[in-house]
Formats: sequence, structure tokens, C-alpha cells
Amino acid sequence: MALMRITSPHAHGPLTTAAVMRTVLLATLPGLVALTYFFGFGTLVNILWGGVVAVVCEATALRLRKRPLGFYLNDASALVTATLLGIALPPYAPWWLIIVGVAFAILIGKHLYGGMGYNPFNPAMVGYVVLLISFPLEMTTWAAPAGINPTGTPGLLQALQACFTPASIDVTTMATPLDLLKQNQSLLLEDLWVQNPQFGRWAGLGWEWANIGFLAGGIWLLYKRIFTWHAPVAMLVSMTLLAALFYDGGSSASAGSPLFHLLSGATMFGAFFIVTDPVTSAVSNRGRLVYGAAIGVLVFVIRVWGDYPDAIAFSVLIMNFAAPFVDYYTQPVTYGHRKDGDPES
Amino acid sequence: MLADYSILLIGAILVNNFVLVQFLGLCPFMGVSNKLETAMGMSMATTFVLTLASACSYLTYNYLLEPLGLAYLKTISFILVIAVVVQFTEMVVRKSSPLLHRVLGVYLPLITTNCAVLGVALLNINREHNFLQSLFYGFGAAAGFSLVLVLFAAMRERLAVADVPLPFQGPAIGMITAGLMSLAFMGFAGLV
Repeated sequence: MALMRITSPHAHGPLTTAAVMRTVLLATLPGLVALTYFFGFGTLVNILWGGVVAVVCEATALRLRKRPLGFYLNDASALVTATLLGIALPPYAPWWLIIVGVAFAILIGKHLYGGMGYNPFNPAMVGYVVLLISFPLEMTTWAAPAGINPTGTPGLLQALQACFTPASIDVTTMATPLDLLKQNQSLLLEDLWVQNPQFGRWAGLGWEWANIGFLAGGIWLLYKRIFTWHAPVAMLVSMTLLAALFYDGGSSASAGSPLFHLLSGATMFGAFFIVTDPVTSAVSNRGRLVYGAAIGVLVFVIRVWGDYPDAIAFSVLIMNFAAPFVDYYTQPVTYGHRKDGDPES
Repeated sequence: MLADYSILLIGAILVNNFVLVQFLGLCPFMGVSNKLETAMGMSMATTFVLTLASACSYLTYNYLLEPLGLAYLKTISFILVIAVVVQFTEMVVRKSSPLLHRVLGVYLPLITTNCAVLGVALLNINREHNFLQSLFYGFGAAAGFSLVLVLFAAMRERLAVADVPLPFQGPAIGMITAGLMSLAFMGFAGLV
């Protein structure tokens, strides 16, 4: 069989860990802009303060483990973790909440397992779940979106104040659309929509644009070939199918339309920035399809029938746990071998 | 009817998972999860024992202890019933699959002391399950145990090659992983 042979010198691919991480950071921008526009500067403050804490934790852990500081800090993976957690946290979270979350993510979620590349669980989601279970009140108070916020969207100064001196300022909070839908007992969806200003055109006011922003960032990352399409597409497809299957046109017991599920909560953020983590997901393309689809199913099931309004973090952690097992059964056949493992004679 | 039993199953497998939510059966969970193959053998053996023991202890309680007014002896008689079922399983495994018997080795008799088995038997009485419910509850508990044991074993094979800091190697990181997993399973709260 004639194979094309290329002799050295080969051109180096520019895709180092640091470059990938920077690209991911850049790709969060559209979603971040939407979040800031609708909910004020809270998320940005989360990310900045979380970034400081992350770098301190990373440096401490590296020093304790006697690893080269400069090399590992340069790859910006701690900053990515802090950014992802900062986006997932509610805006105007108090400073200590962010410290607990980021420290847990970096120290226990990442460095106890050997640091970059070894962590079986997505560090940002580990931090998020720990916070959600330990501080449910702080983690479920979301700011009211711009347009229906009576006190106006908080500016940068107010956001800093809300973070570092939480008692000194009141940020107007409101139930999120997913909360409202979960608690809805008697209203038809159409009436629910009309009576609550949090709902926007398709999903939640503000949330839908943040989701579209993260979708745009994700598509750009796909275009840059940072990850393959398998896991996010499988997740979105399985979720859409389930939502379509259980959608009854908008009765009071309805689970919400497929479009609502796609554009509310952390769906797009999860699909393109969390599920695609190369370290904690399944490895092969077939494995990623299984992995992504299972996450989509779990998210929908917990959203609709569970206690929690959104479930990206839980579902991702559960599938992180299952990823080695998925890998075990989806090992691709190596070139030149048959399916049963015998070399081709 | 069907819905009742599926709720019972989902409850025992996911929402009130015996290992990760009720913290029963942790010894085999930590002890037999180093290799995927042994974990699979162990989960099959445990499933068999648990389902059978659940049914047997139900029969013992309702047709022997209760009529004789000896309900206060239930814990000790369940231990006896479980020991008998385990011994029976060991004989079956030894005859049917010597390889599996060698692999499981010391762990097979250890099912006797798997607190999940006794836990299921006692919970069946506490919750006043009928015979079929006891059977399903035992099977669900075993399925939940098997699910997390097998997933955990696959993960520990990966952890074995990770660059874990020295103080945390081995069972320590296993415990931490189990803790994180337990956190994730809290997401199932409220499903049933």
C-alpha cells in the first residue's frame, strides 16, 4: 500500500497547552459580554477575583509538590478553571464563596490528582458542586436581568462592593426561568410567560443571549479545532430529543420546549466549555458521542424531575466518573487490526 | 404497579445509592475496585447474593420469626441467612468458574460482612416491603452497588498511573474520589 511519506523537517503545530487555554479564554468573550450586559459586572468580578485566588492556589500547590512554577503557571489552565467557575457562579457572589470554590477546584479537584492532565473530574465543576451543596442559598440567588431590574444594572464599583463587603449593598435578585418553570404548578406555560418578566423571547431574558454568546464562542473553538464536535453535539441532540419527546405544547405540567432547554441555564456554556474538556471526557470519538449524549440525558432528567433547577455540573461530574468505563468499551480498533484484536494476517 | 416498582428501583440505584448516598458496603467498594475484571466478578456475585438474601430474609422474618414472636432476633438471624446464602454462592462459583473463584479469592466470603446486604434485609422490614418489593429493593441495591463499583474500578485503573502526590496515593485518593462521586450523586435528589 502506497503511503505518502513526508521527510523532516516538519513544521511545528502551534497548538501548545498555553495557546489552547488562551483560545478558550478568548472564546468565552461573547457569552461574557452578554452576561455583563444583562446582569452587570458581577461575573467579571467573579472571574478576576477567582483568577487571583486560582493563581495563588496553583502556585502554593506547585511549590508544595516541588514542580517548576513558571512552566505550569504559564499554561494558564488555572485561569481557565477560575474563568469557567466564575461564569458558572451567580454574579455578585461574596468573596469567601469564590475563595472556597476556586481553592477546592484547584487544590482538591486538580492537584491532589497530580495536576494538569491527570484530574478525572472537571475542577471548575467540582468547585461548583461543592459550593452548591454547601451554600445553597448563596448559589441560587441570581441578579435580575437588565430591563426589568428596578434599581438598574449594577456598575463595576457596585459589583466590587457586593463581592468584598456583601452586607453593604443589596443587589436585586429574582428567580431564574428554570426555577420558575420548576415551581410552576398551575399556570399554562403561555400565562407563566406573560406573568413573569424574566422570560424572554425563547427562554429567559438575558439567559438566551448569554447562551447564544457561548454557542458562538463554542463554534469558533470548533472552527479553531480545539475540540471535536462529537461530545457537544451529542449532548445538545440528546437533550433536544428528550425535550421534544416530553413537550406537550405548554400545559402547566409541561417540561418546557426544546428551544427553552437549549437556551436556558448553562446549556450552551456547558456543552462547549465544560463537556469538551479533553482531560475529563472520554477519549475516542465514539466514546465522546456516548459521553455527551449521556450528559444531555442526565441534565434533562435532573432539570425536569430532580430537585435542582439546573444540572450541568452534576451531570458532568457523574459522566466524568463514568468516562474511564466508557473508554474501556469504546476503544477504537488500531490501524491494521481487526475488531477482535487479532492482527490482520 | 409497574410505576411503583420502577420508582423503587430508581430510588435504590441512583437516588439512595447504597454506597454513595447511604454509605453502606464501603469495604468491598474500596477493597475490590483496583481492577475492572475483579470488580465485575464481585458485582455479579454481590448482585446474586443480595437479591437472594433479601428474599430469604424476608421469608425468614415473616414466616418464622414473626409467627413465633421472635422479631427481636431479626438481626442475628439475618446474619445467619446471609452467611448461608454466601456459602451457597461460593459453592456455585467454585464449581462453575474456578477462575473467577481464584480471582475473587478472599472477597467472596467477605460478602457476608458487606453491610449493604444486612442493611437491605433490615430496611426491607423497616419499610414494610412485601415479598416482591423486597426482591426488587434487593436487586436495585445490588445494581446500584455494581454500577458504582464498576465505574469506580475503571477510574482507579486510571488513577493508578496518575502523578498523585505521595501522601495521597492508593486508598487515600480513592476515598477522595468516592467523596467527590458522592457529591455528584446528590444531584439525583428528588428524582423519586
